[in-house]
This record gives sequence, structure tokens and C-alpha cells, in this order.
Amino acid sequence: MIDEAFVDLSRLQFAITALFHFLFVPLTLGMTWILVIMESVYVMTGREIYRDMTKFWGKLFGINFAVGVATGLTMEFEFGTNWSYYSHYVGDVFGAPLAIEGLMAFFLESTFVGMFFLGWQRLSKRQHLGATFLMAIGTNLSALWILIANGWMQNPVGAEFNYQTMRMEMTSFAELVFNPVAQVKFIHTVSAGYVAASMFVLGISSWYILKGRDLAFAKRSFSVASGFGLASILCVILLGDESGYEVGEVQKVKLATIEAEWHTEEAPAAFTAIGIPDSDEQVTHAAVKIPYALGLIATRSLDEQVTGISDLEKKHEVRIRNGMIAYKYLEKLRNGEDTPANIAKFDTLKDDLGYGLLLKRYTPNVVDATEEQIQQAVKDSFPRVGPMFWSFRIMVGCGVIMLVVFALSFYYNAHRVIEQKRWLLKAALWSIPLPWVAIEFGWIVAEYGRQPWAISEVLPTFLATSSLTVNDLLLSITGFVIFYIILAVIEGWLMLKFVKQGPSSLHTGKYYFELEKTDKQLNQGAQS
Amino acid sequence: MIFDYETLKFIWWLLIGVLLIGFAITDGMDMGVAILLRLVGKTDIERRTVINTIGAHWDGNQVWFITAGGALFAAWPMVYAAAFSGFYFAMMLVLFALFLRPLAFDYRSKLESAKWRNNWDWALLVGSIVPALIFGVAFGNVLQGVPFNIDNFMRITYQGSFFGLLNPFALVAGVISVAMLVGHAGMWLQLRTDAEVAQRSAQFGRYALILFIVLFAAAGFWVANMDGYQVVSMSDTQSYANPLAKVVTTSSGAWLDNYTKMPLTMAFPALALVMATMAIIFSVINKPALGLASTSLMLVGVIMTAGTAMFPFVMPSSNNPNISLTMWDAVSSHLTLNVMFIVAIILVPIILIYTTWCYVKMWRKVTKDEIENNTHGSY
Repeated sequence: MIDEAFVDLSRLQFAITALFHFLFVPLTLGMTWILVIMESVYVMTGREIYRDMTKFWGKLFGINFAVGVATGLTMEFEFGTNWSYYSHYVGDVFGAPLAIEGLMAFFLESTFVGMFFLGWQRLSKRQHLGATFLMAIGTNLSALWILIANGWMQNPVGAEFNYQTMRMEMTSFAELVFNPVAQVKFIHTVSAGYVAASMFVLGISSWYILKGRDLAFAKRSFSVASGFGLASILCVILLGDESGYEVGEVQKVKLATIEAEWHTEEAPAAFTAIGIPDSDEQVTHAAVKIPYALGLIATRSLDEQVTGISDLEKKHEVRIRNGMIAYKYLEKLRNGEDTPANIAKFDTLKDDLGYGLLLKRYTPNVVDATEEQIQQAVKDSFPRVGPMFWSFRIMVGCGVIMLVVFALSFYYNAHRVIEQKRWLLKAALWSIPLPWVAIEFGWIVAEYGRQPWAISEVLPTFLATSSLTVNDLLLSITGFVIFYIILAVIEGWLMLKFVKQGPSSLHTGKYYFELEKTDKQLNQGAQS
Repeated sequence: MIFDYETLKFIWWLLIGVLLIGFAITDGMDMGVAILLRLVGKTDIERRTVINTIGAHWDGNQVWFITAGGALFAAWPMVYAAAFSGFYFAMMLVLFALFLRPLAFDYRSKLESAKWRNNWDWALLVGSIVPALIFGVAFGNVLQGVPFNIDNFMRITYQGSFFGLLNPFALVAGVISVAMLVGHAGMWLQLRTDAEVAQRSAQFGRYALILFIVLFAAAGFWVANMDGYQVVSMSDTQSYANPLAKVVTTSSGAWLDNYTKMPLTMAFPALALVMATMAIIFSVINKPALGLASTSLMLVGVIMTAGTAMFPFVMPSSNNPNISLTMWDAVSSHLTLNVMFIVAIILVPIILIYTTWCYVKMWRKVTKDEIENNTHGSY
């Protein structure tokens, strides 16, 4: 039987390691472009302040990057260590983008990150800019390939189950790469990373301006961040990945649970802005609805329906019953009864095999499931509505606040009055955590929303684990938590230290803490 | 498809070998450098010269390791699944140790405090010696067979324990792994540092190479008397991958069968031993560039020696030899191998070109003067 505690611990460990890793990735994704922008201005104008900006923000980028690299190692191997059945079952498809990510992206990013930090004296200006650019390309390509892999988990196209090898096998590499879910996720995720980096630079620059330190440096950084940030947040919101939610069954389930759309509404459906979802009653109490909005957001049309949970349940029940038959034939095929008739029968039903496997949670034989167990499996085929509903709204709420902060920052900066808007500078400073909150909740919507599946409609999460024990997992989770806390404390402490020093940490002799008292006043006056 | 399935399976066996060789020569070297750090650098400035020889390259080098993991996932998913879940705690130890290195490289010289820097030097040592040792130990266990089983629905169960991994042969394999990487790193540091640091590195590198020669030869005799695995019969190598459809026997000395069948392959162990000896000679007559080339070829020899001995096995099962994983039947589908082959032959040369460019650009002897003159721009 399935050991629920063990499955939960396996999921917990993956969630901890992935969420922690993803604290560091977004900043890397965006910061590399911000560095490219700053260094490009330096190379074009030859003004040293832009080189100093590249170096200083590069230092902060480096402090963050190191932890991203360290925690990324876990992700590359954790499928094998903790999800060995998954690795076997889908490695033929899922492994490919991961390997390509290494070859195409990690090599590029990691090779040139070394040149970025240590190549200043050994490369010409243009060569160094080229290295910075390739580092940014590499970083963003890694997001592309990992999201192609992840997109396949959400919407497994270009693959087919092979009973002989007992796994999913690739049928079309092009379909895997051009998976529409992967494409929208890529745009959404990298833009979110650009937002995170912009907010980081914007907030810290605001703090320098509030303190009246290194104003020329801070205001130029603020300009870059407000422009890049505004473009990025618009991109995140307008190209939000809702548009990917109409493709594939599990994406529809996510959409229905995000919206707490218990029953299919007439098109165009209203968007429940806020309310209290109640899973038992299948209603949302105190709902505030915005007419037409959901139809527009989800289907980009006024006449297509968004399927509600109760209709999806009916469909899932049919597929579970088909899956039971598929499983019966799979057993025959695996036991040597691979007659053409059995193969043909299995082939007609194998798309529902995954739904049949949902019953493994209750009965190892699947085919002898009782009516009650089937109903239970139907219930299992959805994530809980509450976490989905709220995670999505927290993410969107953060996004809206950031849009306002970036828009105002951009506006007042363009009018060169940003110094007088101290309330806005404070708001920008306090907004620094928002992108991370939005990103982590976005991850929950996407990955918790995929439950009960590891691979949508193909492989239930509880079957995907390794054959380890609860004690193994308790030990390794403890190890991860201890190590990650240590990493986070050191990283955070060092980051704060360098943020406080500001560009003085470059030891050029030009910045605030390196100047005599009279020069400091000059630094404030002359540069402002 | 460019090649038939059987040919692609063989090509992927070679490509995994190439990735492992790339990993040993580059990231393995960094591990050796970090292991030598405290021995050859007595003062902070000396240690900084050592670290800065690999400062710009360690991260790119580490990608050989990550990519080897990814390629294993894509090309040999069963091996990826069985090895990492089976050697669970060994793998966790490797990961925890590897966490230390990126931070140590990047953070160490950001603050002046001697204590801070000294602690990071320890972190570099632990972060490098633990993985180097464990990779050897893991390989020593693979040679002896790993206690795992696979059921009819292809679920893998590991039946060994972590402490079972620490048997005498595996520990010797672990020491061989550390010694060869330290020897290789010694040549690198002799080439890229100067004065006392280069001298000490050369000296420790040569000691490590002597240890390597002795233990590698001893391990050879050990393997000759150890139970090896042999395929008696298996399904067509052109057909779909199924590790459950073959008959395997074990017999003493069977790991040397391939060498008897194809005597030319004896060149691999010979290469490892001769190149280690040549490296010692080149180091003594102060030709470290040739020494580094020799240790690189030595690493090629070591990995090919192991691969040849086990061919076609990748991960034999001691519990049920018949379900052992081989490069014929634990592989991905024909299409996936084909796609990944095309990707690899396009990208690997490009990677080698830009990596070489970076090494060329950063090539110099790292001296104390250089670090002192650029104290805030160096690691």
C-alpha cells in the first residue's frame, strides 16, 4: 500500500528545495539583463559611473548567484534520488530538456559568469560586455529549457506510453519544445524574474536616495530599474500564464480551482475577485464577482466557456473507469499475453491509464476497486480549492501593487522629481519582498495546482517516489533545512553588509564612505 | 535517424564517458586544487593565488558534473533512477558538501577577517574532498555489484545500506579517486602559480601520483580476483530497452574478460599508469604543461579502463544479476537518443571553443604581486 506519510515527506522535501532555490533564480534572471544595460551604457558613453554601477550591482548579483548555483545542484539530482519511479517512467521525455539545459544554458552562463567577475582586467571593454551578454543569454536559456521540462509535466504532449518498456516515450521533439503551456510559462517566469531584479535595484537605490548618499549613482540605477521594471511588470500581467490554462485537462482543473468555479457558467463567465470557497458545499461565500472578466482572462473571448469543477468531475469518473480497463490489459501485456487483440484494446484506452493509476492509492490491483474507491479517486483528481484560490489572489495582488510602484517611479523619474517623492521612495524600499512573495505563490498555483499528478493525467505523484523510508526522508529533510538555513543566513548577512556599504565597497575612492566630511556634503550637493 | 538503435546506444556509452572525462579533467581538477589549498598555501596571499588560478573557471567546470547528471537522466533514465536513489545518503553527502564550494569561492575574499577566510578554506577542503572520495567509493561499489531489484512494473528497490558502501575495495577506489585528482591539480598549480606555492604543489602532486600508481595497480590485481559479471544471453540489442530480459552469471575475474577478448584495450590501463609516471618526470624536470597534459590523459585512461572492464554493464545488481543495468537495455528510446545525439554533437564543440577562449584569456601565472595590486578585483 501507499505510505501517505512517506509520499507527503517526499513532496515536502521537493517543495522546500524548489521554493528555496527559486528565491535566488529570479534575481539572477533579471539582474543579468540589468547588468547588460548598465555595461552597454558604459561601453557606449565611456562614463565610469556606469562601470561602477555594473560592478557594484554585479557584486550583489554574485552574492545571490552563489546560493543559486549551490541549491541548483539539488534540483538536477533530486528526481533521481527522491523520484526514481518518475525518473524511469518519464526520463525518456523529461530528461532531454534537462540535459539540453546543461549543454546549452548552464555551460554558457557559468563559463561567462567567471569572466564577468574576474575578467575586467583581462578582457577589452567590448569583450567584457560580450561576456556579460552571453551570461545573460545563458541564464535565460536555462529558464527556457527548465520550463519546457516543467511545461511537459503540466501538459504532456509529444509522448506516448510504451507497455514494452513500461514508460512514456518521446514521439515528437518539436511538440515537446513548442508546447504552448511551456511557451507561456517561459515568458511569464522570466518576466517575473526581471520584475524581481528591477524591484531589488529600485528599492535599494531608493534607500540611498532617502539617505542622501551617492545620489548620482543611485538615481541612475533607479532610472534603469524603473524603466526595465515597468516594461517587465506589464509583460507579466498582460502575458500572464492564464492563457495557458485552456490547454490540457489539468490546466482546466487549475483554472476551475483558482476561480472556485464549482459549476460551469454561461460564457463569458464572471471573475470572483474575492470570497470564501467552501469545498464541502461547493459554493463560494461572500463572493464579489466582476462580470465577463474570467471569460476574457481565461479564454480571451466572450463566447467560450470555462469548465466548472462538477463537469470536470463527471469527465474524470469516466476516465477512471476506462483507466481500470486499461490497467487490466496492461497487466496482461506485461505478463506475456501480448496478443494483437490485447495490444489493440490497450491502445484504445491507454490515454486513460493514468486515471486508473489514481486507484493505486486505495487498491494495489486497481481493477478490483469498489464504487466508493472510484468516487474517492474522482475527488482526489483535484487540488484543494482554498490554497489555489488564495495563492492566486496573493500573487495577483502583489503584481498590482508592483505595477503601481513601477508606474509612479517611472513617471516621477521621467519628470526628474523623484527625490521629492519620499513616500514613493519608501514604498519602493518596502516593496522589495513583493516579487518574491508573488513568485513563490505563483509556484504553488502551478505545482500544487497540478496535484494529484506528477505528470498530468499520466503519473500520480504518490506513485512517482523512490523506494525509500520515512526515516530516510526525515534525515535528508533535516539536512536540507539545516544547510539551507545556514546558506540563507550567510547570504542575507553578506548582502546586507554590501548594500549598506553601497558603491564604496568598490574601493574606487569616489564614494560616500571613502570621502572626508566636507567632500561628503559635496557628494550630496554636486551629484544631485 | 542517422544511426540505428544499436549504434546510438554505443555512441551514448561513449558520450557519457566523454562527459565523465570532461568532469574529471575540469571539475575534478578544481576539487584537487581545493584539497591542496591548505597544504600549498601557507599565507592568505598564497592561498589567494591558488584560488585565483581557478577563480574564473570553477563554475563552468562544475557544469560538466551537472550535465553528466542531466545526460544520464536523458540517455540512461534507469541508471539515473537506480544509482541516485540507491546511493541515497552518499548522494546527499555529496550535495551537502558541494553546497559549500560556490559560496566559499565567491564569499571568501569579500571580507578581510582572517577567521572568515580560514573557515571558507576549510569549507573548500570539505566541499571538495567529500565528493571526490564518494565518487570513487560509489564506483568501487558498482564494480562489486549493487543490491537492488526491479519489479515487473519497473519499480526499483535498493536493498543495501549506507554503511555497506564503506567496504575495503570501495574505500581503496575512493582514495584512488582523490589521489588522481590531487595529482592532476598539482600539475595545474605547478603551471599556474610561482615560487614556493608552485614548488609545494609539484611536490604534493607527485606524492599523490605515486600513491595513485601503487593503488591503481593494486586495485587491478584485486579486480582480477573479484567476481565480475557476464552476459550469457540477452534480447536483440536493436530492440526496445528491457533490463528484465537477460541471463547474467558472475565468476571470479570476469571483469577482465574484455581485455582478454580485445587485447588492444589493455592500452587504457597502460595509458593511466604510463601517463602518471610521465607526469612525475615532467614535474621533476619542471615541464608542468606537459605534466598537466599527462595527468589529463591519465584520467582518460582511468575512466576508459573502468568502462572497458564493465562493458556492457553500467550498474550490475548483486541481488539479482539478471536485472543488471547495461548500456544496451537501460537506455532511452531510439528517438530520444537520436535527438540528444544531434544536440550533443552541435553543442559540445561550441562549448569546448568558448571554454578554451576563456582559459586562453585568463592564462597567466597568478603571482602574489598580482593579487596585492588587485586585491578587490580578485577572489
